[in-house]
This record gives sequence, structure tokens and C-alpha cells, in this order.
Amino acid sequence: MDQQQRSSSGYSHSPRSPSSQPYLSVSVTDPVKLGNGVQAYISYRVITKTNLPDYQGPEKIVIRRYSDFVWLHDRLFEKYKGVFIPPLPEKSAVEKFRFSAEFIEMRRQALDVFVNRIASHQELQKSEDLKTFLQAEEETMERLRAHESSYFKKKPADLLQIFKDVQSRVSDVVLGKEKPVEESNPDYEKLKHYIFELENHLAEAQKHAYRLVKRHRELGQSLSDFGKAAKLLGACEADGLGKALTELGAKSETLSIRLQKEAHQLLMNFEEPLKDYVRAATIAERANAFRQQCELAETMKLKEINLFGLISNKTLNVPIQLKEDSEEAARRFESIVRLMNEEIVRFQDQKMIDMGRAFHEFAKGQARLANNIADAWRSLLPKLEACFT
Amino acid sequence: MMGSENEAESQLFASREEMENLVLDEPSDNPNGNGGSKSFSDYRSVMSSLADTHHPLSPPLTPADSDPLLAPQPYRDLRNPSLSHDNNSYIEPPAYADVIFSPFDENTGSEINGIDSPGRSSDSSLSLSRSPSSSSDYIKITVSNPQKEQETSNSLVPGASTYVTYLITTRTNIPEFNGSEFGVRRRFKDVVTLSDRLAEAYRGFFIPPRPDKSVVESQVMQKQEFVEQRRVALEKYLRRLAAHPIIRNSDELKVFLQVQGKLPLATSTDVASRMLDGAVNLPKQLFGEGSTVAPQDVVQPAKGGRDLLRLFKELKQSVSNDWGGSRPPVVEEDKEFLEKKEKMNEFELQLSNASQQAESLVKAQQDMGETMGELGLAFIKLTKFETEEAMFESQRVRAGDMKNVATAAVKASRFYRELNAQTVKHFDTLHEYLGLMLSVHGAFADRSSALLTVQTLLSELSSLHTRAEKLEAASSKIFGGDKSRIRRIEELKETIRATEDAKSVAVREYERIKENNRTELERMEAEKHADFSNMLKGFVLNQVGYAEKIANVWAKVAEETSGYATDSA
Repeated sequence: MDQQQRSSSGYSHSPRSPSSQPYLSVSVTDPVKLGNGVQAYISYRVITKTNLPDYQGPEKIVIRRYSDFVWLHDRLFEKYKGVFIPPLPEKSAVEKFRFSAEFIEMRRQALDVFVNRIASHQELQKSEDLKTFLQAEEETMERLRAHESSYFKKKPADLLQIFKDVQSRVSDVVLGKEKPVEESNPDYEKLKHYIFELENHLAEAQKHAYRLVKRHRELGQSLSDFGKAAKLLGACEADGLGKALTELGAKSETLSIRLQKEAHQLLMNFEEPLKDYVRAATIAERANAFRQQCELAETMKLKEINLFGLISNKTLNVPIQLKEDSEEAARRFESIVRLMNEEIVRFQDQKMIDMGRAFHEFAKGQARLANNIADAWRSLLPKLEACFT
Repeated sequence: MMGSENEAESQLFASREEMENLVLDEPSDNPNGNGGSKSFSDYRSVMSSLADTHHPLSPPLTPADSDPLLAPQPYRDLRNPSLSHDNNSYIEPPAYADVIFSPFDENTGSEINGIDSPGRSSDSSLSLSRSPSSSSDYIKITVSNPQKEQETSNSLVPGASTYVTYLITTRTNIPEFNGSEFGVRRRFKDVVTLSDRLAEAYRGFFIPPRPDKSVVESQVMQKQEFVEQRRVALEKYLRRLAAHPIIRNSDELKVFLQVQGKLPLATSTDVASRMLDGAVNLPKQLFGEGSTVAPQDVVQPAKGGRDLLRLFKELKQSVSNDWGGSRPPVVEEDKEFLEKKEKMNEFELQLSNASQQAESLVKAQQDMGETMGELGLAFIKLTKFETEEAMFESQRVRAGDMKNVATAAVKASRFYRELNAQTVKHFDTLHEYLGLMLSVHGAFADRSSALLTVQTLLSELSSLHTRAEKLEAASSKIFGGDKSRIRRIEELKETIRATEDAKSVAVREYERIKENNRTELERMEAEKHADFSNMLKGFVLNQVGYAEKIANVWAKVAEETSGYATDSA
């Protein structure tokens, strides 16, 4: 659990910092299975430690479930156009798989990361919805969750409608259904290409990382089987040889356990971050396309005005409302684009840190494992010597 | 299976090897900077020469390629002298571990007892490990240069048929051989002959089983692959023979290895003609002519012989044995023997299981190494991409870190695969001993059949005696004697005498075989102790050594990326 972020923007996260400093620290813990049968679900404890005035401090604990996190995500996504909302872990399709211990732990970790990213994001941390999520009573959350579907169906403002349109067009573009904008900013194209390539490379790396986890498990299993077989063989033999085989078998079984542990660590500390990176890349891709669409929309709006002007016989008396609207739109778009540019830089920096950490954990884990293995086998050597003299 | 697929595989692997070498040819950590790429081409040429015939006296390159377990070629790395330097500097092992430990290296391959550095062929490690300071004599046999030849003698079938001969080269310093280095050409049929003669001459010994005739495979497999597979198997077989302390001094082997031209050992005729001969003799036997068993024939088991009558008798005897007929007198030691047999069966069962699990372990290690390598390469590609297409400074920084991780992963992958190559050799001991079990069964079968012969003769004797008594009793009732009866008694007494002789021979033979069994068991126990000890020690030492190397590689990277560390436990 990350208590200390490297890029602390806004609030610090260490509860131990001087009380004058504002801090907001969140952790997601204690997954518990609730409910029965088809309606069973996992609930998590979300602990908020803060000295911010808006929050009920210094500590508040609430119970949340996955769909609550989804609610938060969706709300932020709607409200904060242009900001990279941190990705959520996937919703699992397979019923049985839902409750495997490993899956639950993976999800818990991912949710913890998710909330912390929001809490450490300059813009997002100020969100009302975040506050609600962290503080509201469970019944309130339940109500909000239920309203989720109906709430977003009604869209009064024109501007919001444009955004909705653009959103759907974004997915069309991303899916390749629509032709890309003719005169688009080359920077966007470059970034689009970059993200696309990056995603491919990352996905491949993540695939191998996952396989590596499997290999650790398999090696562990075969060490266990081999250990058993060696012990059985040792039972056939007399004296030194029998004893040696038995010792070897026992050591092998011990190492099997160690390997299983490492497999788990690898999954949590290396494979998950990689998967997370892949998810994030997808978001960046969409955001980039969105940015492109914003510019397009802006351009089209302006063209609309000009066209209107031409039709109405070169009078420059463009209806005031339309002009104001388009100027408003232009301003909005510009601020979004500016925000996004900042976001992209921030995203890259964050990713560098995340990956750096993942690499470090990976290397550390492998070094530790190898040392353990070496030590275990080494300790067997004098015993073997004794058996064979 | 092999052959063309191997080529494709080696192509595929070639590019991966190339990439790996590119990764690892960093001037900082590889003193022989170009060692990688140069030896890579050596490796390739080695691969392609698989199909070709190579020099008679060159050491065989593919001791275990036919072994399906070891299908992926990479384990037979013959290259990278730099790596072996690494090995030796890392470990200060006792002498034997050095030999067992270091990977293939033509330069440092030491010829202890004239046998190559381990791994050339599996069983050489056996004799190597037991390289006793007592015997300094050696025999080294190589099988190479398969060639097609034509059947010269006119056969019933028109049109010449072809067969394959192999060059069998021997290097030895044993004085009983004529010369220290010589070669002959032999075909597979000759090997079968050799094996049959040995089986006859050395009953009760643990004789290494010969390679199968593989009639089906010879039709189904590609000719080249099949020949290669057979060549390897023949070499293993002959080397095992040479490793057996008794058999290596046999005349049969000497003749096989030395005598030029046609093999002067009696060929085994096929069963049908034997039966034919037997059928011809049967009426004579039934009518009392030549009904005695020639004593020297008694030395061989009835089965597979020409004596049908004897076959029937022994069959009858074994049936009566099974049905709890008259207890044969020779029983006492059998209890101890039965115990040993029981133990042997148990041992075989557990050995087979252990051997299987060992194979799984090897596979798991192999997979680990492979996946680690693939992960490393994926990160290399990612690094390359980030460095080239970077749009932000942070990306370049990350690319640097990633490269370190990737390089470490590729190195670790290599270590895993090297470790595995060694592990395979060590576990070969398990497979070898499984093969030895066949020999043991054969030796025990020799004993059983010898016992059966004795029992048959004993019961025959007893029935002969009974008949003689009856005749004498009947004859004595007639005053003055019964001319015909007296004659018959005389004949019977002759038969009894001959049978007595045969019995004596049979008993001697049985005792001899029992003794052979005993000495062989003792020998096997001692060798098993030594071989297994080496296997276990070698295996463990290897694990330690390579784990240390891998740990160091990763520790360095952990150090380099420690800037990202958090305080989390």
C-alpha cells in the first residue's frame, strides 16, 4: 500500500508529517465476502486519514464494494473532461473466479492504487464525489449507486450534448470506423502512433510476465513432486544413500513452497503493474483521440459560423446567441486541450515511477529467491557429505 | 521429427540467439566481446553437420539429441569460452565437481581415463564418476560414419538389398588388444549376433541390453534420422559393454571390435529353422534313439534351442512346479534371493517414478529459462522503442532502467538453461539405472531357467530310477533272468548315467549363475552408491552455483533501481 507517493501534488500523504501540513491518505483493506449465492459480493474497508477541514477526520472508515468504485470512476470521468482518470481493475466475467483468494487480493491492491491516484491528483482530489465516496454512509452510497443509471440519461445542456457526441465519435475513431480528421495536429498523430505501439509492446511484456508467474508455480510443483519421489526412493535404500535421498527430497519440498510464494509476489508486484500500465495506455489513447475531436469540433463550430455568415449575404450580423455559444465552446475546448497536455506529461512521469518501482521489486524478488534457493541447497551439502562417508 | 524441423527450429532459435548475443555483447560484462557472435556461427555449423557424416574420430556431437527429453538443441551449447571462465571463477569446488560442473567446452574438456568431459555420452559420466585410481586402463569406443553397402552374396530374392554399416573405432591401452587404435565396419545384424553370443556366454551377469531392432521405426522415420538414432544407440551400447568389468575382457567383444571383414561369431539362426531341426530330431528322441541330452547342451536354456523334447519336459516340469508338485530340493537360498528380488522390484518402481519426476523438473527448469528469456527480449524491444520514439525525457530514463532489467533477464535465462543442461546429465544416472534393471531381470531369468533345467533333470532321474527298479523287480521274478528285460535294464542304466552327468553339469551351471548373480549384485550395490552419490552431490552443487550467479545478476539491477524503492516492507 502506497502511503508515500513520489509525486505528491497537493496534499501529502504521510500522516506523520507536521499537523500543519494538509494531508489525505486512503487505504483499501480487508476484503470480506458478503451475501449468498448469485448475489454474493466482496466488500472492502476504505480507511481515510486526513486533517482536511471538509472531511470528518482524523480517521474515517467506510465499507465499499466494487460497484461503488465504478460509481466514483464514472462520476469523475463525466466531470473532469481531459483528465486521465486512473483505470479500474476489470470486472470479472467468470463467477467462480471471482472469489479466489488471489483474485481478491489482486483486486484489492488495484482498488487501493486507484483511490490513491485520485487522492494524489491535483484536480481530482478536490472532487465532491471523492469526498462522498470516502465519507458517506453505506445507505447513501447505495442510493447513489442505484441512481447512477437514470441520472446520466437526462442531458439538458447543449455543451454536454456535444461532449457526449464527441465521446461516441472518439470510440468510432479509435475503432477505426471513421476516417481520421484531415487537417489534424501532427503532434496528436505522433502521440497516437506512439501510444498504439507502446500498448502492443506492453501487452507482450505483460503476457510474458504472466507466463513467468506460471513458470514459478510449475517449477514449485515439480520440485514438490520430485521431492516426494526422492523420499520414496530413499525409503528403498539402506544407510547413507537412503538418508541422502530423503534429505534431498525434503529440501526439494521446502523450496517448492518458497517458489509458490514468489509466484504470488511476482503477480502482485510485477505483473499487475504491467497490466495496469496497459490499461493506462488504453486510457491515454482514448484521451488523445478525444483531444483530437475537441479540436475538430472547435474547427467545425467556427466553420459553421462562417458558413452562416456567407449564406446570410455577408452580413456580419451573426446571431448573438450563436456567436456567444461558439466562443464559449472554443474556450471550453481550449482549456480541455491545455489540461490534457498537462495530463499527458503527468501520466508519463507517473508511469516512469510506477514502472521503475515494478522493476525494482521484480529484481529484488528474483535476487531474494535465488539467494534463498542457494542457501537451501548449500545447507544440504554437509549432510550429503556425512551420508556418503 | 528431427531433421528438417530441427533446421527450422535452429533458424528460429538462431535469430533469438542472435538477439540474445546482441544483448549480452556488452563490453562491460563480456571480455570476449565477439565471443558470442563468433561461437554462434560455430553452433550453427554444428547444427547443420548433424545430418552430414563427420570424421570417424571426431567425438560424437549428439549424445542425447535422440533423447526426446532433450529435443531443444540449445542445451548442447558447445560455445562461449567466456562463460566457462565465469563458472570456474565463481565456484571453488572439489575436483570432481569441476568436471561434472562446467558446461561443454572443447577447450577445457579433460580426458580423464580417456573418456571425454561429461556429457559427451551419458554413460561416460558413469565410468568417469567411478574413475577409480586403481585401473588406469581404458577402452574408448566411437561409432560413426554410417554408410550404405550392398548385399554381395546371392540371396533368394533377386536384386541386391542394401544395408548400413558403421565405423567402430576403438582406442585402448589394454594389452590383450592388438594395438592401441583400430577400427572395423559392422552392421546392425553383427551387433545382434554379438549380443546373443554374450547372452549365452555370460548367463547370470547383468549384461547391458542391446538397442532394439525397431523394425517399425526403420520404416516410419526418415532414413537419416533413423540411422543417426541407431548410431547413437549403438555407441551407448558398446560403451556400456566396455564399462562392464567382466564383459570388457570377453573374447566376443574383442573379436567384434578387432576382426576385419565378416564377423566370425556364430550367427543366431531364426526360430523357425531351429524348430524345424528340432522337429526332425523329435521322432528319434521319442523312439529312444539319441534320447539323452548332451551335457553341453544342458548349459543353455531349453527355450530357443533345438531340443523340442527337452522343451516339453521342462515345460512339464515348470507346470508341476507351479502346481505345487514335488518340491525341488534346491530351495534354501531361494528365500534370500526372493527377498533380494522383491527389493529390486521395489527399487525399480520407485526409480521409475523418480525418473519421471526428474524429467518434469527438468522441463520446468527449461520453461522457466525460456520464459525468462522471452520476457527479457520483450523488454529489449520495448526499450528500443522507447529510446527511438521517445517524446518525453522521462521515457528515456525509464528506457535505461528497462534495459538493465531486460539484460538481467536474458542473462538469468542463459543461466537457467545451462543449469538445466547439467541437471539433465546428472539425472541421466536415474535413466541409466532403469536400463540396468533390464539387465538384472535378464540375469535373474538366466538363474530361473537354469534352476528349471536342474529340476527337470532331477525329476527325470527319479522317474528313470523308478522304472529301473520296477524292471529289476520284474526281472528278478523270472529265474535265470529275462534276456529282453535285462537288455532294457542295461540301456536304462546307460540313460541314467548320461542323465546323471547332465544333471551334474546343470547343477554346476546353476551354481555358477547364482554366483554370477551374487557378484553382480554386489558390484551393482557399490556402483549404485558411488553413482547416486555423485548424482546428488553434483545436482546440489549445480543448483547452488547457478542460483548464486542468478542472484548476483538480479542484485545488481535491484541496486541500480533502488532509487524507486518505497519504504513498504
